Amino acid sequence: MPAFILGIESTAHTFGASVVDSDGHILSDIKRVYVPAPGQGIHPREAAQHHSSVADVVIRGALSKSGIGPKDLDGVAVALGPGLGPTLRIGATLARAIACRLRIPLIPVHHAIGHIEIGALTTDARDPLVVLLSGGHTAIAAFASHRWRIYGETEDITLGNLLDMFARSAGLQSPGGPAIERLASRGGNFVELPYTVKGNDVSYSGLLTAATKMLRAGPRLEDLCFSLQEVSFSMLAEAAERSLAHTEKKEVLLVGGVAANSTLRNKLEIVASEHGAIFRAVDLKFAGDCGAQISWAGALAFNHRLFIDITHSQVKPRWRVDEVEVPWR
Amino acid sequence: MKWRFLGDEPTTLMRKGAEASIFLEEWHGRRVVMKTRLPKSYRVDSLDSSIRLARTLREAHLLHDSKRAGVPAPTVYQVMTDTCTIVMEYVEGPRLKEALTKMRGPDLSSTCRLVGILISRLHSRGIVHGDLTTSNMILRGGMKIFLIDFGLSDYSHELEARGVDMLLMSRAFKSTHFSLHSTAFRAVVNGYRTIAGEHDTQLVLEKMREIGKRGRYSERPRQGALSHIEQGEV
Repeated sequence: MPAFILGIESTAHTFGASVVDSDGHILSDIKRVYVPAPGQGIHPREAAQHHSSVADVVIRGALSKSGIGPKDLDGVAVALGPGLGPTLRIGATLARAIACRLRIPLIPVHHAIGHIEIGALTTDARDPLVVLLSGGHTAIAAFASHRWRIYGETEDITLGNLLDMFARSAGLQSPGGPAIERLASRGGNFVELPYTVKGNDVSYSGLLTAATKMLRAGPRLEDLCFSLQEVSFSMLAEAAERSLAHTEKKEVLLVGGVAANSTLRNKLEIVASEHGAIFRAVDLKFAGDCGAQISWAGALAFNHRLFIDITHSQVKPRWRVDEVEVPWR
Repeated sequence: MKWRFLGDEPTTLMRKGAEASIFLEEWHGRRVVMKTRLPKSYRVDSLDSSIRLARTLREAHLLHDSKRAGVPAPTVYQVMTDTCTIVMEYVEGPRLKEALTKMRGPDLSSTCRLVGILISRLHSRGIVHGDLTTSNMILRGGMKIFLIDFGLSDYSHELEARGVDMLLMSRAFKSTHFSLHSTAFRAVVNGYRTIAGEHDTQLVLEKMREIGKRGRYSERPRQGALSHIEQGEV
């Protein structure tokens, strides 16, 4: 008899809930996304208010869709970080209350571990080099000796930040990535922009400044979006390639919301095939932040009884992925 | 390809690195390494060719200048701009990545100390390596360490660039040699100090820590008034 785990995600703009069983079946995955006004970023307090107003519907929806009643749940998993403090606290508060009420264990989950594990589950990747691209992460990781070790990452803003902030300056709709991708597909004249790779690391802040300045300078927005994607994705592809050459992994796994971008997927696919590795991307249904990433990582943790006492379950807005011990790998 | 001027001589691909392929060749009776920056099909052509050419030329200069700084590096024999190829000396020996895992206490420390000295010599000559990993160092004769990949190196006297160098070195130990990290990196810093002096070493380390904290989710000093909220509020 598998265990049934409810997972709650609320690290940033998404409030999600999902029920999985410990055999890896995703029984439900429901989410609602806070969308800031065009030209604006996430306002943490407003996002938190959004989450608390939809939480009831989302969690009930996840339970009823799964066909699992509250009494059948064996544990409740929650993303305690990293992310925005105010939104994290919404998910954490609800998860604690559910754990108390149902007398079931509370399972702390690192948001990025959730991205990686849902990626591994949906692609059957076993020991991949992970390219982790979510709003808060731009990192290249591989598993070694109980932890996900970071081989390369951004030295300043993330790729998601770069795309969102540029899109905001250009007055595009949030989220920025898809809007930029649509425009880029109609561009094709390459505009020179700064390309900064340091070792296995990338730095996007200078690229953001340069691209934002060029908004006023003249190139067509389509060409600028095309060039911004080309430069930022090529930098990442190069960093991933360097990490791949160093770690000699045989799989490359792309996870996180930016995985939806096909230009990026193509570039990483080329990198992987040139080094004899197989490229896989997370099932796009679970690429963006979602409850399933938390419930599934929670189910893995549940098998190892990685529970947390409610009195110690404060949120961790700056929790690093390489601080987390992972006993199930 | 143009540089296969030895006719029938077979070309051996030694290592397909991230940005370049390394071939072992016979060249005028010597064993040489040919480092070719092959086009990357994931980059648009104009971006790709300018990156490859600029890096090839810069690397050739830096290989040479590194030796002048007292840091063993392969001798450059020829540069071919049309194929973005550098012909250089073949340095025989294990990569430090493998060699370190076989070392114990004193050997480990003295080797890492030497790495620190070499980094410091580069920095004092205004060179930053830009890609300090143990895969890019070769131990020859058990004594001499060659730095082999100057593909991301640059001329810079900036503290920032030196801080990045040390951060990359530290990260390489943390990710690849996690069990040795503190011993190894401490020895690197000791070596660095012998050339750079205490004052400059501290500046570089301070900058390294500052850069390390710029990324997301690194531990930062708590910001006064908000600290109780992040730490404990439920």
